[in-house]
Amino acid sequence: MAFDKMELRDIEVWDGNFAAAQALRQCQVDVVAAYPITPSTPIVEGYAKFQSDNYVEGEFVMVESEHAAMSACIGAAAAGGRVATATSSQGFALMVETLYQSSGMRLPIVLNVVNRALAAPLNVNGDHSDMYLGRDSGWIQFDSYSPQEAYDLNFIAFKVAEDHDVRLPAMVHQDGFMTSHTAQGVHTMTDDVAYSFVGEYKPMNDMLDFEHPVTHGVQTEEDWHFEHKARQHNDMMTKVMPKIQTVFDDFEKHTGRKYNIVERYDMDDADVAVVCMGTSVETAREVATEMREKGIKAGVIGIRVIRPFPFFEIQEALKDVKAIATLDRSAPGGTCGMLFNELAGALYSAENRPLMSGKIYGLGGRDLTKAHLVELYTELQANVDAGKVTTPLQQFIGVRGPKLSFL
Amino acid sequence: MANTGWDEFEIGAMLRTFDGKIDDIAGTLQEDRNYTQNSSFTASVADWRIEKPVFNKDYCIDCQFCWIYCPDISIISRDKKMIGIDMDHCKGCGICVEVCPTNPKSLLMFPEQAEEEAELAKWPAKDEEK
Repeated sequence: MAFDKMELRDIEVWDGNFAAAQALRQCQVDVVAAYPITPSTPIVEGYAKFQSDNYVEGEFVMVESEHAAMSACIGAAAAGGRVATATSSQGFALMVETLYQSSGMRLPIVLNVVNRALAAPLNVNGDHSDMYLGRDSGWIQFDSYSPQEAYDLNFIAFKVAEDHDVRLPAMVHQDGFMTSHTAQGVHTMTDDVAYSFVGEYKPMNDMLDFEHPVTHGVQTEEDWHFEHKARQHNDMMTKVMPKIQTVFDDFEKHTGRKYNIVERYDMDDADVAVVCMGTSVETAREVATEMREKGIKAGVIGIRVIRPFPFFEIQEALKDVKAIATLDRSAPGGTCGMLFNELAGALYSAENRPLMSGKIYGLGGRDLTKAHLVELYTELQANVDAGKVTTPLQQFIGVRGPKLSFL
Repeated sequence: MANTGWDEFEIGAMLRTFDGKIDDIAGTLQEDRNYTQNSSFTASVADWRIEKPVFNKDYCIDCQFCWIYCPDISIISRDKKMIGIDMDHCKGCGICVEVCPTNPKSLLMFPEQAEEEAELAKWPAKDEEK
């Protein structure tokens, strides 16, 4: 191949954005079409620099909007290339129409979403509003809690998405600034090991196969649309989770790093547990350990795969737990938080139904402190002792003014 | 097709034009190409036509104007000879009639339900004023 390889140390000090950019280089992505937006810009900027420095054989396409970015990605993927891009917040919102196109067209694009709040008021900091906006779009969604995971999950996302039984696009989420701009030690793979893990891209129904012409992006009305959507949902529900597990296992063999569909921390004998995503998982783990010194058997559930939602894995992980709290980092707009709803849905038909309450926290980059979590675990233990939820079902953490609670 | 279930077609919003492999499209006449059932060449897309062109070969000079101007490639011409109209694709726009230079015209529009034989029998005579 006509590009240069890059020498990496075993451990590099990278932030989440640079880790993701390195992963796109090592996967030898053919096309990145992108429009810059804080805090995701350095990912596509990084790919562009690698490309112009001859470290990757691909095309970087500058476009006029995020809608155009994903549209160009769709075209490149339908043509038969390995395709990726990155975005955040308002850019993600502008991309939404095309997200449904790419999943419906079964194009395995990888989108790095550096999570950021949605305006108004305008805000560049991290929360999960954009992540939640994409949750019905038919994309696989992986969540990382650190730069290391943002790096690793990109390889995993390509390998899952591009499988011919799957052929669904995948998002890799990381928290804006907390992950994207915080440099940490990242264990690297060499270029050869990384590329051998994802493998060469195998096109399917590609437009550049001139001996088998195809029309992509067809219209169907009431006569066909339902069958297409049913097929897509069936594949998402039945084929993706087994493939993710296989790829996680394969990745562990390659690197020694183990990923789980639901990440359990101190859950073997836990009475109380917090269910959360992103960088909050690491904070919650630290607090859970400290709570055990105070006699509270605390655990943490981190959601690694948001879509497809790990319905049965959640039932299994919480089968002996007495009280849980879901942490939703997105304004729920008139209902419970997404995690509260999903967990309630999974647990309602489970044999063990822990006491449940939901918290809204961290909007627009507001810190979730260890003190908040100490208070939360203490409250969950009080629920266990009382045998019922002692608070309203929905509460806000860390907002100034009179205490807010609903339901 | 009508009874095909959700698990019985290829994934994606994607349709194949031909069954199997093709190599020389440009050198193969339409009727000799192996179009799929999904191709709009095979399917009728003319069901909203309310007026149709009728071709009268007695006056045609094979000038190919209609073939050139038809927006739906519905004029069938072989070896520069006008053969007829592809009624599965003609939408009845009337452009072929408009551009026909003969006197009388070799193509005229009639209601969709008109009998072709009857219309040909009472085709208008040459307009002497022109």
